[in-house]
Amino acid sequence: MLAESLFFSAVLFTIGVVGVLTRRNAIIIFMCVELMLNAVNLTFIAFAQVYGVAGQIFVFFVMTVAAAEAAVGLAIIIALFRHRQTVNLSNINLLKG
Amino acid sequence: MTHNELPLFYVFNFYLFGLVAIVSALAFVTRRSPVAAAMWLVSVMFSLAAMYVMLDAQFIGTMQVLVYAGAIMVVFLFVIMLLNLGHASELADARGLWWKLAGGGASLALLAQIFAVTRAKLPEAFLLPENTIANQVTRDGAIAPLAGPLFHEYLLAFEVTSVLLLAAVVGAVVLGKRKERAHAR
Amino acid sequence: MMLLQEAGAHPLSGTVASYVWLLPLLPLLGFVLNGLLSLVAAVRLGPVDPGASHADARAPGAHDANGGGVHGDDHHPVARHRYAALTSLIGPGMLVLSFLLATAIFLAMRAAGAHEPFVQRYFSWMPVGDLQIDAAFQLDQLSILMVMIITGVGTLIHIFSVGYMVDDPGYPRYFAYLNLFVFFMLVLVLGASYPLMFVGWEGVGLCSYLLIGFWFSEKANADAGKKAFIVNRIGDFGFLIAMFMLFANVGKLDFIGVNAAAASLPFAGVVVTTICLFLFLGCAGKSAQIPLYVWLPDAMAGPTPVSALIHAATMVAAGVYLIARSNVLFAMAPTAGLVVVLVGAVTAIFAASIGLKQWDIKKVLAYSTVSQLGYMFMGVGTGAYAAGVFHLMTHAFFKALLFLGSGSVIYAMHAAYHHTGNHDDAQDMRNMGGLKAFLPITWVLMWIATLAISGIPPFAGFFSKDAILGAVHSHHEGSTLDSATLLGIPGGAILMLSYVLGLAAAFMTAVYMTRMMLYTFHGPNRSGEKEREHLREAPWSMTGPLVVLGALSAFGGWFNLPALLPLGPIGALDRWLDPVVGESTLRITNGVAVETPASTEWLLVGIAVAIAAAGIALAFARLKPASLVPKKDAPAEHGFERVLANKYFVDEAYDAVIVEPVLATSRGLLWRGLDVGIIDGITRLFIQSKDDDSAPGTTVPMGGLLPRAIGWMGSQLQSGLVGTYAWVLVVGVLFVLGAFTFR
Repeated sequence: MLAESLFFSAVLFTIGVVGVLTRRNAIIIFMCVELMLNAVNLTFIAFAQVYGVAGQIFVFFVMTVAAAEAAVGLAIIIALFRHRQTVNLSNINLLKG
Repeated sequence: MTHNELPLFYVFNFYLFGLVAIVSALAFVTRRSPVAAAMWLVSVMFSLAAMYVMLDAQFIGTMQVLVYAGAIMVVFLFVIMLLNLGHASELADARGLWWKLAGGGASLALLAQIFAVTRAKLPEAFLLPENTIANQVTRDGAIAPLAGPLFHEYLLAFEVTSVLLLAAVVGAVVLGKRKERAHAR
Repeated sequence: MMLLQEAGAHPLSGTVASYVWLLPLLPLLGFVLNGLLSLVAAVRLGPVDPGASHADARAPGAHDANGGGVHGDDHHPVARHRYAALTSLIGPGMLVLSFLLATAIFLAMRAAGAHEPFVQRYFSWMPVGDLQIDAAFQLDQLSILMVMIITGVGTLIHIFSVGYMVDDPGYPRYFAYLNLFVFFMLVLVLGASYPLMFVGWEGVGLCSYLLIGFWFSEKANADAGKKAFIVNRIGDFGFLIAMFMLFANVGKLDFIGVNAAAASLPFAGVVVTTICLFLFLGCAGKSAQIPLYVWLPDAMAGPTPVSALIHAATMVAAGVYLIARSNVLFAMAPTAGLVVVLVGAVTAIFAASIGLKQWDIKKVLAYSTVSQLGYMFMGVGTGAYAAGVFHLMTHAFFKALLFLGSGSVIYAMHAAYHHTGNHDDAQDMRNMGGLKAFLPITWVLMWIATLAISGIPPFAGFFSKDAILGAVHSHHEGSTLDSATLLGIPGGAILMLSYVLGLAAAFMTAVYMTRMMLYTFHGPNRSGEKEREHLREAPWSMTGPLVVLGALSAFGGWFNLPALLPLGPIGALDRWLDPVVGESTLRITNGVAVETPASTEWLLVGIAVAIAAAGIALAFARLKPASLVPKKDAPAEHGFERVLANKYFVDEAYDAVIVEPVLATSRGLLWRGLDVGIIDGITRLFIQSKDDDSAPGTTVPMGGLLPRAIGWMGSQLQSGLVGTYAWVLVVGVLFVLGAFTFR
């Protein structure tokens, strides 16, 4: 089922990209990123079936990193909201030097 | 019960949950309300968990439900509700039609290219015999095949993960804490 | 793994030899400790001269321009480092420990009688595809001999340095460098592969640079260090090319592998000859042979014990070691051997002739070193590897003694000048004279070394020099070198020519060494009335090492007695080195052990001794120390004397041929032409700068338009909006994936 997994993974990943490109709500974009991560996980699991269990272990680590990322990312969003009263990224250009 | 015992059942379910995942994902990106979007994303996560099981990764499937659908998405929902993002100005967040078309076009191009890339020939030198993982799961259970390497070859990475989580906890606390001075003002 | 198993089966495994890693690490520890101490900048004034201000000793005029502009005048302020006592303990102490360990390993090797090299593999250093280089040390008869010389002579020089340098404010830094040098030198001789040897090779070059420029506040000293470093780069380039070629043709870089695989190369083929010639280019740089010798005389700018250790006894002999180590390759390339012999012979006589007219006592010894290194190359080039290494060893003894003795003289002269506030040159022989009354121990010992280097029996230099000249003579018939040709000249003729040049150089050696002794120690004293009262022998910490070296110089010949003079065990060193170099020597002599008739050999020895004695006699007869005047009153030289005193103007020639054209190209073409003319010209088309002197008052129509447009476009990319960045990212991904898809 490797080819099918890759197909599903690619479609889910692309949907995540669409979300990142077309939405402006920081939380939604963040969730799109999570969706992209999950799509990649699916690839790892599919390859693990034919190349060995290391792929599953990698997914395990990706989940851990995703959890850490969610914690920090959401904390940033909360701090941002407290500061600007919005999570709309069109209104936020702190990166501009 | 693994995928070499009931092949058709597994294949059928794999396709079924794959379809559910794609439909849920499409619904997820098109919802305006963050809460609704989050609920659709939970659905994607559950479908993916089911697909993992069909791919002989029962333990990872469980973790998917527990960690992603259970913990991470709950935190997302919690933050959405905490910030009370349901009002109109926040809902009107999607970009205009042209942006959507452009985004869709870029994504289609991306999809086409990913398909093209994944057609590349895979290295055959490392291929396992068919159903190796499935047989391992049948023989040793769902966790042992994963636990062995995790606590031998990948022990260092595993331990370093704990440092990462600690750093994340500290970072989240520092970021989320209300500034004392701001409070006093 | 294979190496480990081999080591397991070796008779030396499990003995003290398995501690070979400790040999270099002890000096490295010393470097770390002394280096840390040297970071403590605090000094306190020494007990010798508590009232002297630093400025006094450093006053302008303390140094006078000395011919080539480089001078190693050992002036330094008397300001002792706070932890000088600790450094005096650590620096020489590490060397003593290292020497004791080396002795123990040597005894273990003699007891084991193993003929196979003992390789200790520590870790895989460069596993790149086919190239497998291990960090491994190789103990065999050659490397342990070198280790004994380095640590033994090194210990003596370290002890001498305690007395010589203790009042220098940079004392811990000095010992840190010196220990680091010994570490790298031991890595050089112990490394089991060419790359590891190269690490040591570069490391000793670095330490040499650091120590030549030890008193770096004098520009001349710093320049001398730079010169040594740059000239050595040319040689190192040759070494590198040789390694590349070895890997390309043999596929191995460890000594055992190369020696085993070298047999598959064609004998006397272009490949092996080129490899050997490039290796010799490296040797010429490190060991100061023509045309790369120019750095060594300038290197005398460093402290005198450094000249003794690095620029006489050990580092400069590394080239000889490299050829002896690569004997299997050189035995297969007779043409390269001829080049080595010829270059060695020409260098020997060339440098000896310059030594005839030098006035700086250390310059005489420097050219003498270059000349003696030429002898060593004659030995190893002609296939008499044991003789070359033997001369390396005896030379380490007597040249270290000569340098340390000259250090003792300079120390006395400098102390006397310091007391009286005189700012004359403490190293110029014209300012010395009659010192035997003040420095009797140094006088006796220096005479021993002089007789040794001149080749007077029974001192050490006689045996080793005679072994080399004898080998060159006997190999001129019937060896592979004889059948080879160099530029159409038959090898036998070249060897005969080299033999004659070597004899002539031996004659000059006797002359210039006797001249140095006469001017320094004999005749009337020219140092001045007041200074005379302060001239006295150095403390025992300095004369002690001299005495040991004196004994070695006198009796070093017994390490390898020729069959002609059966005063003890015959050819001990030859037999010791036989497992390493024996096969190659036999190969060069076409498998025949050379048996010169005793009558011929007596004749050769007689000629050599007669020539040396004639040189000494001539110097005594013709040179009149009494008629010499101090440097400041000395008349200018004329004619050929002037050419010799100015070292054949080689430095000036190199300046004119290499340095000046490079500078002219840089200034005229690259700076004025390319940078100012073209690049600035283009820039000026678009940018109009207010303070542009080159085109005042002119207006350019497009002034500043293009840079502004580029700047505006760039600023639009930096909107600060994450969404934009995501778009840019996706477009970039599309391009990258497209590159995969539409390959």
